[in-house]
Amino acid sequence: MNVTPTYTEFHPRWYRRRPTTWWWLHKGAYLRFILRELSSLFIAYFVAVTLAQLYALSRGEAAYARWQAWMASPLALVLNAVSLALITYHAVTWFSLAPKAMVVHLRGRPVPGTWIAAANYLAWLVASVVVAWVLIGG
Amino acid sequence: MTRRRSIEPLLWTLFSAGGVVAALVLPVHLLLFGFAFPLGWLEPPSYQRLVGLVHNPLVRLYLLVVCTLPLFHAAHRFRYTLYDGLQIKHLNELVNPLCYGGALVGSALAVWLVWSFP
Repeated sequence: MNVTPTYTEFHPRWYRRRPTTWWWLHKGAYLRFILRELSSLFIAYFVAVTLAQLYALSRGEAAYARWQAWMASPLALVLNAVSLALITYHAVTWFSLAPKAMVVHLRGRPVPGTWIAAANYLAWLVASVVVAWVLIGG
Repeated sequence: MTRRRSIEPLLWTLFSAGGVVAALVLPVHLLLFGFAFPLGWLEPPSYQRLVGLVHNPLVRLYLLVVCTLPLFHAAHRFRYTLYDGLQIKHLNELVNPLCYGGALVGSALAVWLVWSFP
């Protein structure tokens, strides 16, 4: 702190009000932003669930049956429903932002953003079909 | 000019790599294991089939990627949620180690589970 402040004709620093902790409740766009950010918690939750699944698989059939029973419990269904909603929201926002994050040039011309977004959605579809096919197909 | 090397670019790279992995494959995992199988929409894969899958080296690599990168993505994003959203700026020394430390612990657990799978 300056102990002997010098006089200036103009204010030395803008006065900025600190926004409230709940600023993100004031507008739909802000709320959607925070919901997207909160998807991180549910991504971590679902990775933990997958690690638990792997552990149960390593412990034998009875342990895996317990993991399956937990996944069918009401609490897990609620957590999974919230997770699916928020993680899908993360995916949609992520792929829709991809054209802004990477500008691809082809023969010296920028590729239209819709193409890049479409390529991302296509990759999402292919990845989902491959995972589902490995698990239940054949 | 001496400049301290920052770890920040690495954290952002992990954030975006994990974001891609999470967006591409977590929804289908959740839809199948969280709803389609427990609610009986689809016949769940048998225990033997899943164990057989985990024995496949490609599946192991896949599991490692899926169980590590999204954790760093989540840690990074949650750190900034606390910073911007709840404006917890004075607790960075506590929040950052907890977020990235948690991701490191989870990743170590993933490596151990995949490595030691019988």
